Amino acid sequence: MTQTANAAPGTGAAITARALTKSFHGTTVLHPTDLHVPAGEILVLLGPSGCGKTTLLRLIAGLERPDGPDMLRFDGEDVSGVPVERRNVGMVFQSYALFPNMTVGENVAYGLKVRGLPSAERRAEAGRLLALVGLEEHAGKRITAISGGQRQRCALARALAIKPRVLLLDEPLAALDAVLRERLRAEIGLLLREFGITAVYVTHDQAEAMAIGDRIAVMQAGRIAQIDRPEVIYHRPANDFVADFVGTMNRLAGPVRDGRLVLDGGDTRADLPTGGPDREAILCFRPEAVRLRDGPGEGAILARITATTFFGATQRLLAEVAGQVLRLDLPSGLTFRPGQLAAFSLEGPALLEFPRNG
Amino acid sequence: MRTRRFDLLLILPLAVFTLAFLILPLARLGVTAVEGERGAMAFLAILTEPRYRASLLATLLLALATTAGTLAIATVAAQTLANRRFPGRGLLLSLLTFPLAFPGVVVGFMVILLGGRLGLVGGVTRAVAGTNVVFAYSLTGLFIGYLYFSVPRVLLTILAAAEKLDPALVEAARSLGAGPLAIQRDVVLPALFPALYTGGALCFATAMGAFGTAFTLATNVDVVPMLIYTEFTLATNAAMAAALSIALGLITWLALALARLRPAGV
Repeated sequence: MTQTANAAPGTGAAITARALTKSFHGTTVLHPTDLHVPAGEILVLLGPSGCGKTTLLRLIAGLERPDGPDMLRFDGEDVSGVPVERRNVGMVFQSYALFPNMTVGENVAYGLKVRGLPSAERRAEAGRLLALVGLEEHAGKRITAISGGQRQRCALARALAIKPRVLLLDEPLAALDAVLRERLRAEIGLLLREFGITAVYVTHDQAEAMAIGDRIAVMQAGRIAQIDRPEVIYHRPANDFVADFVGTMNRLAGPVRDGRLVLDGGDTRADLPTGGPDREAILCFRPEAVRLRDGPGEGAILARITATTFFGATQRLLAEVAGQVLRLDLPSGLTFRPGQLAAFSLEGPALLEFPRNG
Repeated sequence: MRTRRFDLLLILPLAVFTLAFLILPLARLGVTAVEGERGAMAFLAILTEPRYRASLLATLLLALATTAGTLAIATVAAQTLANRRFPGRGLLLSLLTFPLAFPGVVVGFMVILLGGRLGLVGGVTRAVAGTNVVFAYSLTGLFIGYLYFSVPRVLLTILAAAEKLDPALVEAARSLGAGPLAIQRDVVLPALFPALYTGGALCFATAMGAFGTAFTLATNVDVVPMLIYTEFTLATNAAMAAALSIALGLITWLALALARLRPAGV
């Protein structure tokens, strides 16, 4: 069997795009976008529907034609004029897109059949991939005879069978139920790393993005708002939109005087050190960034608890400070009663401030 | 077994209808067929007598050609129309389905206007090449007439199926390296097969039994429905007409049953 360079682990192609742009009927869905995905990286495109993430994926695949003279390279080779049939990209769709008139094994072998591989070879190769995704028992079954999770693993095996230079996944888990989704995303993440393949993975689910991506590109209205490692996206979001889309973010708005934001709501108050000049500021922090402390003072939030929700290891408190609502996550061992006052401290690095919009 | 009895009740209207309008007349037809001077040999005569045999063969070939032609035109048109939105699409669709309501006689008349002795095609060829091309009164004319009223019916059936086809299936095949022909063979046509079968069966059965168009055009040809008509009215050979009718029904049914056997693995 011929061993192409792509087959060895860790040698997927690097993707480089310059000024990829796409509009439909006069509406720009993807503003000029530059992108570089190093070989072997899993990049997740994350964003709400209509943000342009699927369009960007389809442009990389060659399923859409970009507006202008574009530049798209796989490992330095210009592929912008190469149709999808010859781009050698693996695709996994939300609807699985398995061929219902073929068995599981025939689906996986289809790309090899089109390439003219002899029947015995492609059956062996399909068998190897089915074993990899844990479907070796099901090779002879009809597509309708296997479950949703099995179908998506079959689709993944089919896409990997052609030894693609780049694997493109469009919301592959969106059609599955929550438990299965969580299990399968761990499996897929492991498998992709094992293959060392360059992958672009589209999702609107931030937990999925965090779990799978080496890097995440958060997209907003046809632009990449931020592209970075998951920890950075979470702890240092570039703007309001990213902060809200990835996890929960608390906001406290008020005046900063002498490097401190002080809110006085009578019995509730906040006194947070910010530094910098006097200004109207919005300070942001994650729910889990607070610690319970003994009493109010410098660097503290004294809040009235309005509701508690038990989550198992943690509990989510709804609290109010000077008329502003906060969501706070604390260990579930602590007891809070609605109506009580509680003091929390907030470590400096947890505090973020974004430029005020409009 | 209350539900079982209720199910029987639901199927009763169809059962009554089938009995009254299908089984009883068919039985009567069968009796008529064997009551003639030849007896049960009337059925054999269809195959042995050259006039009947030629007519049967011509009808069968005509129906097969009509089905193949209709399926080819409708499959291409349905796929073209399915995923494209353009101004005037609705108008084009309604124009394409316009012939649905035409009786066979009107279709025949239109074929005469096109390929008759004073027809459009004849006029053009006379002016250009000096010969008057006339095809309306032959099997070609029937073929064109049948195509004309089959295409809209079959197109609508296949269009509905083509619109339901997941575009991701074709995209997945393309990403795997499949060219247009492989995609048709491996993805699109298998997915459209139920609609192709339904449409093709409708088309074949109609072409086997169509009378109006044949009656208008068939001066040179004797398709089976015409033959039945002449046997019954002109030759007053009711037994032969009945035998031919049963044979026509059986052959159509057999052809449809055969077409339903799909090749293994498809």
